[in-house]
Amino acid sequence: MTDLLLDASGIAKRYGAVAALRDASLAVRPGEVHALMGANGAGKSTLVKILTGTVRPDRGTISIRGTVRAISSPTDARRAGMVSVYQDPTVIPDLDISDNLRLTGTPVDGFRSWMAELGIPGLDLSDYARDLPLPTLRIIDLARALAHEPDVLLMDETTAALPADLTERVLEVIGRQKASGRSVIFISHRLIEISALCDRATVLRDGETVGVVDMGPGAEDRIVSLMLGPSEPESAPAVVAGVADASSDAPPAPTRVRLAVTGLRAGARLQDVSFELHTGEVLGVVALEGQGQEELFEVLAGSRRPAGGDIRVDDHVVDLRHPADAIKAGLVYVPADRLEALLPQRSVHENIALPFSSRVRDWGPIRVASEKRTVDGAIARLQIDTRAKSEVRRLSGGNQQKVTIARWIASGVQTLLCFDPTRGIDIRTKRQIYTLLRELAASGSAVLLYTSELEEIQLVCDRAIVIFGGRVVDEMPAAQADEPTLLRAAYGLPPGVPMPEELAEAAAVAEGVA
Amino acid sequence: MSASPGTVSEVAAAGPGRTPWRRRLSEQPTIPLLFLLLCLVLLLFLIQPGILNRPNAWISSTIRFATPLALLAACQTLAMLTGGIDLSVATIATMSAFVMATQSAGQGDAVAVLLGIVVGACMGLINGIGIGIFRVQPLIMTLGTGLVGAGLLTVYQKFVLTAGSSVPDPIAWLGGGTSLGFFPNCLLLFLPVAALIIFSLRRTGYGRMLFAVGDNPIAARLAGVRIWQVLLVVYVLSGVLAAIAGIMLAGVTKTAALGSAEGLLLPSVAAAVIGGTSIFGGRGGYTGSIVGALILTVLVNLLTVLNAPQPIRQIIYGAIILAVAAAYARLTGER
Amino acid sequence: MSVASPVAGPVIEGVTGSVQSTLARIVRRNGWTIVLYLLLAALLLLARALRSGFGPADIQSLAIGVMPIIFAAAAQTVCVISGGIDLSVGPVMAFTSVTAAALMKGGSEESAIVVVIFVLLLGVAVGAINGALVVVSRVPDIIVTLAMSFVWAGAALLVLSSPGGAAAEWFKDLSSGSFLIDWLPKALVVVLVCVALVWLPLRRSRLGLSMYALGSSPVAALRSGVDVNRTKVAAYMVTGLFAAAGGLTLTMITGIGSPRPGDYTLNGVAAIVLGGVSLVGGRGGMLGPIAAAFILSLIRINLVFLGVEPSYSTVIQGVILIIVVMIGGLVALRRSRA
Repeated sequence: MTDLLLDASGIAKRYGAVAALRDASLAVRPGEVHALMGANGAGKSTLVKILTGTVRPDRGTISIRGTVRAISSPTDARRAGMVSVYQDPTVIPDLDISDNLRLTGTPVDGFRSWMAELGIPGLDLSDYARDLPLPTLRIIDLARALAHEPDVLLMDETTAALPADLTERVLEVIGRQKASGRSVIFISHRLIEISALCDRATVLRDGETVGVVDMGPGAEDRIVSLMLGPSEPESAPAVVAGVADASSDAPPAPTRVRLAVTGLRAGARLQDVSFELHTGEVLGVVALEGQGQEELFEVLAGSRRPAGGDIRVDDHVVDLRHPADAIKAGLVYVPADRLEALLPQRSVHENIALPFSSRVRDWGPIRVASEKRTVDGAIARLQIDTRAKSEVRRLSGGNQQKVTIARWIASGVQTLLCFDPTRGIDIRTKRQIYTLLRELAASGSAVLLYTSELEEIQLVCDRAIVIFGGRVVDEMPAAQADEPTLLRAAYGLPPGVPMPEELAEAAAVAEGVA
Repeated sequence: MSASPGTVSEVAAAGPGRTPWRRRLSEQPTIPLLFLLLCLVLLLFLIQPGILNRPNAWISSTIRFATPLALLAACQTLAMLTGGIDLSVATIATMSAFVMATQSAGQGDAVAVLLGIVVGACMGLINGIGIGIFRVQPLIMTLGTGLVGAGLLTVYQKFVLTAGSSVPDPIAWLGGGTSLGFFPNCLLLFLPVAALIIFSLRRTGYGRMLFAVGDNPIAARLAGVRIWQVLLVVYVLSGVLAAIAGIMLAGVTKTAALGSAEGLLLPSVAAAVIGGTSIFGGRGGYTGSIVGALILTVLVNLLTVLNAPQPIRQIIYGAIILAVAAAYARLTGER
Repeated sequence: MSVASPVAGPVIEGVTGSVQSTLARIVRRNGWTIVLYLLLAALLLLARALRSGFGPADIQSLAIGVMPIIFAAAAQTVCVISGGIDLSVGPVMAFTSVTAAALMKGGSEESAIVVVIFVLLLGVAVGAINGALVVVSRVPDIIVTLAMSFVWAGAALLVLSSPGGAAAEWFKDLSSGSFLIDWLPKALVVVLVCVALVWLPLRRSRLGLSMYALGSSPVAALRSGVDVNRTKVAAYMVTGLFAAAGGLTLTMITGIGSPRPGDYTLNGVAAIVLGGVSLVGGRGGMLGPIAAAFILSLIRINLVFLGVEPSYSTVIQGVILIIVVMIGGLVALRRSRA
């Protein structure tokens, strides 16, 4: 079809004996925002790498505006009119911005004007990239990409964790690309964003393009069923809601306060947080980006020293100076970034057994048989796919996250701290994790769950607290914690105060599609 | 040395495995190494068939010369598993040997040997404090302690000029002697030490910690590991092993000359690398390093027997180290 | 729906330049180098105070002694900035030194200039080989250059099995005496000019930026369009060039070539660490290591003037190095905790 801006077809790529892509295709029309979707391991990231020239395909053709192009390096891709913006900024940390621009041959004037459009007009180009905050770096990446006037802009999870005003500008800019006949390939795990933004979506599964969906009513369900394939006919929310319902039917077990945080202060953003976490409950934490929730979890995990406040576990005051102290107090931590928690070259077994030997008194000989029993038990409970058990880095994202959780299951969970555990995880694994969290609570553990996906609160939690400006501004039982309520609280608005217009629009979009 | 988020999912996207024989090889690197060793030995026999008349003598002499190198390779293996390196082992070895030799007349053999080992432990402690607590890079820290140690040795030398130096007889027996006509006595020390190291790496909590700290210190910390403890201990162990290596070397050569161990520094790193221990940490083991030390010793023997001139020997030595490391990198698909 | 924060308006205001803040920035960014040069000045003054006869002749011999170390440090700097390390610098210096000496022997004064050019190109070739091996073999560069250090040391022995050869007179003259004024040794000028001729254009060029990028973040560099392999090989080629220059200075100073490499590799590494070049790459420049090389020598000289035994001075130098890097480690620790 000659009216396509980008036509990639028959793309295949093997790594050794494994096919990352079998027959992937992507067709993007001019003036279109096109989503690329797929579960972890479906081949999305490989396809992105091929389109951006970082990896060369074994087979397949890529045509831009009807001309077949050979793309073997990021520079080739840029010359062909395709520029990408990744989730982790592409700026060189130890160079200043003007040097970064020179490195990529970006015209400075074009860059400056795009920076102004995107809301950061006064950027000092002699600042070192490493001194600038992450949102600024993301915008710099985007401005740099736009300054090259690409025909196709590829955005890989760019809006993830961007503040609202910057997100707004980004969406505006995307709109303008559309209007000028250019296109955007948008990669994200967030169905809501995709629905609001995109015209069509291409879905990958097991290395193949399994469908192209026109966005509209019912598109989300179609996309989810394409992503999951024939083995998962039901869509996500129903099943897990069943889980939450079941546990709310059971008679409430006697609970006591496991963790009591008073007046906790840390870093620049955590001002004064107090709450209680009971045994047998899953307490959800909701917060906008950068409201202090990261610092809260880091303090509780023992990774960061608080500047003030009290932490009591089972009524004893604890001083957490190192993760070992937290673990001793029964506080175990599952971070959002699996890479932080895993030993990539070690086996699943070693990863799970890691905490067993962390104290000096445990440095002696290992009791192999009993350790194996414990570890195998955890693997079974989490249904970890251990085909690649010799090196954890070969596992899919979902399985890796399960290993992180299995580690604490094997060591015994008293209080589990989960920070966005389902970020970037496929739906099947997400559900397994939700079920597991409920089971843990049911067996007496306490779970503190931070999630950036508000629908999870009602699916998994018993209660929710909302943090804004480093303080707890609201607390509610799960039954009341629907998205609009949470959102309102998250913006720091007392109930009854109408939301500012621009936010109301966004909320309406969310409500409409949720 | 942390990978970017892209890397992990890249490999995950690649799927669970490479071809089965490659994977088995990457998990058991010792097998091709033994094969290489065998080839070199056979080559040696071909060139100098005279060895076959008295094979035991040759084996025993090779083992005697390989043992100090294997002990130094143990230091490197342990340090490299944590993502570090120990460039002070040669100096420590020399220091310990020298202290032992100069103190044996005055303090008695046993105390002298003990003093030598204490010297190694102290140097290792300094390394451990710098690397574990002050987070100095191992390359530069051990380089510095090596310098300091060499200087201290020169100073110490002035004080003991009059005492004279001699290698105690038991050490000479242990390092250089044979029993029953063929059994090298050094194995009496080396085999238990090697067994202890291998067992510790595979079956103790501390061994796991070495791998964990080298593979991903952030994850290790989050799991409750106090990294400074692990690093402190590993460099003390390295210092002690280097001291033992120096003492054994003195036993083999029957002197405690000032420069004797210097030539073993780079080969000790090479032995660990050939043996499959990654310099980035988190992967490897001691069995490979032992075979690596044997390979290097036999290689030197081979090159001597070939009567190659010294320059050619050196060039071939370096080329072979590189070739084996490259072959290993290809086989295991290392970064 | 996912959450985002409610801040309206621009998130970041650009820092507008004023003289004050520019000055502050210069100090912040080059603080360590400034400290080093102050320390260097202090040590010179100390030497003068300790020995009243400390004059141009002493400065000259200081500069002559430091020349090879500066080139070794320059070689290592380029390599380390682009994320590598070269453990074969010392042997390459020996190799190029004996080659120059062997070629100059029995040759005319005029032909020596050809020898100099040839040896410099030889260094570049050696560097290219090192770099190509690093790229092609996928073996970490510390191991490759460790193995190649044996090879180049052997090559040096092949050329000359024992110290010998000769050097042209005008060549030897380059390092002796002073330049323009009494206090400025010719040796120093030669070194600074040679380093500057290569480094200044390189640093601001696309290639130089690519080297910094590669050392700073290989992933970001790749995505920014840097040709990783070519940049790496180029870095090693420049390293080889400086190492060859270092070898030439050895011949220049001694008048012969010696195949036994001195401790130049390790001295070079020590100088660059002291000079503020980060061993992980991406940061640093030439000014720091140059000052550091002088500082290390001056410390030794001052200790001699103070009457300290030479053997103690090795200890003290090592201790100073350790203390400096420990302080550096502490500073980095505190910065990462903040």
